[in-house]
Amino acid sequence: MLFFTRWKAAGILLTAFIVCLFALPNFFSESTLRTWPSWAQRHMVLGLDLQGGSSLLLEVDVATVRKDRLQGLADDVLRTLRQNRIPFTGRTIHSNGVEVRITRESDVDNAVSKLRELSQPLTGVVGSTGQRSVDISESGGLITLTPSDAALTERIRQTIDQSIQIVERRVNELGLVEPTIQRQGASRILVQVPGLQDPSRLKAIIGKTAKLDFRMVDETMTPEQALASHPPADSEILDGESGEKYLIEKRALVSGGDLVDAQPSFDQRNGQPIVNFRFNSAGARKFAEVTQQNVGKRFAIVLDNKVISAPVINEPIPGGAGQISGNFTVQSANDLAILLRAGALPAPLTVVEERTVGPGLGQDSINAGEHAAYVGAALVIFFMLVTYGLFGLFANIAVAVNVAMIFGVLSMLGATLTLPGIAGIVLTVGIAVDSNVLIYERIREEVRAGRTAISAIDAGFSRALATILDSNITTFIAAAVLFYIGTGPVRGFAVTLGIGILTSLFTAFTLTRLIVAYWVRLWRPRTVPI
Amino acid sequence: MNRPVRLLRIVPDDTKFDFMRFRRISFPISAVLSIAAILLYFFHGLNFGIDFVGGTLMEVQTKAGPADLAKMRGTIAGLHLGDFQLQQFGAPNDVLIRISEQPGGDAAQQEAVQKVRNALGEDVEYRRVEVVGPSVSTELLSYGTIGLVLAIGAILIYLWFRFEWQFALGAMIANVHDLVLTVGFMSITHIDFDLTSIAALLTILGYSLNDTVVIYDRIREMLRRYKRMSMPDLLNASINATLSRSIVTHLTVSLSLLALLLFGGQAIRSFTATMMFGVVLVGTYTSVFIASPILIYLGVGRTRQGEPEDTEAEAPPTAPAAPTGPPTPSKPSPPRQRARSRR
Repeated sequence: MLFFTRWKAAGILLTAFIVCLFALPNFFSESTLRTWPSWAQRHMVLGLDLQGGSSLLLEVDVATVRKDRLQGLADDVLRTLRQNRIPFTGRTIHSNGVEVRITRESDVDNAVSKLRELSQPLTGVVGSTGQRSVDISESGGLITLTPSDAALTERIRQTIDQSIQIVERRVNELGLVEPTIQRQGASRILVQVPGLQDPSRLKAIIGKTAKLDFRMVDETMTPEQALASHPPADSEILDGESGEKYLIEKRALVSGGDLVDAQPSFDQRNGQPIVNFRFNSAGARKFAEVTQQNVGKRFAIVLDNKVISAPVINEPIPGGAGQISGNFTVQSANDLAILLRAGALPAPLTVVEERTVGPGLGQDSINAGEHAAYVGAALVIFFMLVTYGLFGLFANIAVAVNVAMIFGVLSMLGATLTLPGIAGIVLTVGIAVDSNVLIYERIREEVRAGRTAISAIDAGFSRALATILDSNITTFIAAAVLFYIGTGPVRGFAVTLGIGILTSLFTAFTLTRLIVAYWVRLWRPRTVPI
Repeated sequence: MNRPVRLLRIVPDDTKFDFMRFRRISFPISAVLSIAAILLYFFHGLNFGIDFVGGTLMEVQTKAGPADLAKMRGTIAGLHLGDFQLQQFGAPNDVLIRISEQPGGDAAQQEAVQKVRNALGEDVEYRRVEVVGPSVSTELLSYGTIGLVLAIGAILIYLWFRFEWQFALGAMIANVHDLVLTVGFMSITHIDFDLTSIAALLTILGYSLNDTVVIYDRIREMLRRYKRMSMPDLLNASINATLSRSIVTHLTVSLSLLALLLFGGQAIRSFTATMMFGVVLVGTYTSVFIASPILIYLGVGRTRQGEPEDTEAEAPPTAPAAPTGPPTPSKPSPPRQRARSRR
């Protein structure tokens, strides 16, 4: 146990040294680090609970995604049957599928085979998964189309992907510093913005779907008449900004997807804030066409099913540029421009969790954590010296190296240090000390059993190490489970605890042994001073 | 080499406490305490934090002087947000506001926060705002519970693999006992039960097992070495042999925890307090008085008989402290004479 070849000793020291070295970048400022080679720049990131900032967890409204999918499927069914001139009655959308009744029994087989074309095979990461996007069943002329779960899951995944891109664009437009946006779970997005103290505006910007449509105002009857009786089949009643009612056609002339740019500006006539926008060429062509055909009529600019304004078309607008005026403030005009530039979300997002920490609390927590770490370390170092003397010093060296190595590994991983993470490090000091205690107590025992100094040290190490391994693996399992199920701060704790167990195993198995081995070689002790 | 300084011996060498005798006291005590903890959980309940029941938590600091809690209470009551609590948190100008979950889903929680922000205005600094919606809170609670169960399961399988099934079962009973008592402690002290509490429970689990495993390791070693020693004697010997380590380790862990408790700040106080109770008080007691004696009831060593088989080939020929002759009830003496005669 006490014999190390020169190479092995060098390897151990070198490993410990290099891992410790990785902790170095944490002591330099961001600007100094930039002059370093990129591989050496990696360092720990302070969690939002330490540096302050805001963390929002957004959830995609899965119900909307499902509803949209069913609506789309129903439209496809309608189109397919019409194209093939198959008469049908009753097309209904129910909670998880679309039903259609074919009028003539002789058409049923034909209808099923045509509708089957709507169902594509799903492809996974490696080729076909054997599943199809829509399941079709038929009984007595009633055809039921059900989107498969796999297809829906895939749709939600795509929705999240698109949403992440759009949220990213919106957040970047707000000019926030170093935001991180990442997927979490199946239907959630985590947005973290360091330094942000009041996320109200961020939430307002992210929370809007920003679906923009240009539609015609239905002037066949007044909104009041429509409310009293029934609105025409192709129109609906929408609210305006200040609660007034409009009767608007359901069909969109041009949609926000055709916008290429939007900028806040001021109306030259009255100085009111407005938003200028520009269409792409397809959008510009459609817009020109529509405005030419409808001079003198009103069209409506509809954002998230709310009418922002409903101006009269005075003349055809050929250039593909226009402006939206409404009751804007400078900020709301700016926000609308951001939303229009970034594009519409495919489905609404709701904030399901928010955690914001002000900079004051963050700094207090860092101070408290450091303070506790110093006091804890001082107490433990003193206690070990008093209890084990020279060997206590060895243990203290090992523990110090251990802590440096934890910081090194955390930096290598670019891990996030949270307050519970600091608690994890403080606890790891306890674990690292325990390894030494186990070894030393075993050595004491072996001495009492009458062994010579060297033999006792040797036996102490070899017997204690088995115990250390067993006891640390159990704690490591707990840390692994914590990491797996935990989020945010809890995960930070699990990471430092887990890494701490690994580094303390390393120091117990190699470094402490190496130090003691060299001491034995140099002093050739007859008794063990513990 | 002479010893230059007298080193601290917290536990004298060669202790011979008869721990096993206490099992007739410790088992009933633990049973009563466990039942009390379970009753507390059901009738007194836990102070579930917003992580698990949803709602809003705001830590605000008044900018001018100590906070006027009564006035603040009035302001927030005027918003009609249902149940809320105000509480001083550390410094006199630091206030913790807890608002219960609003009816109307995730969006309603956000509105509530905005209302409070508008009402309190610029007079306070918002040190922390946490909003957990209903969809997340139920999930967090189930994840937490699943995590605990998974951890216990994984550790059990490991122990089963490394030891005998009786050891795994004994460790599990000891663990559940620890967790139950800690939950009882959290109920009685009304400490916030949130995500970090789950972290604390898992760490307690890890530490307590750590301790149990150290003793079990020694028991296993003794079982192999002394084939004839009676089970209570063997367990006593194992606990006595590891006693010094247990106490030194727990002292160092307590020192670390004490530093965290005193200087680590309010944010992790409930975490450290729980750990202190679970690791230092319950964990140690359990390893010695529950986890070890239970092995007797689980039938470890029931078939102990037959010829001694000294696997310890390099047994020390001259152990100075050990008495010769037949093993005394409380102290394991290596059967040296037999070993010698066999050589």
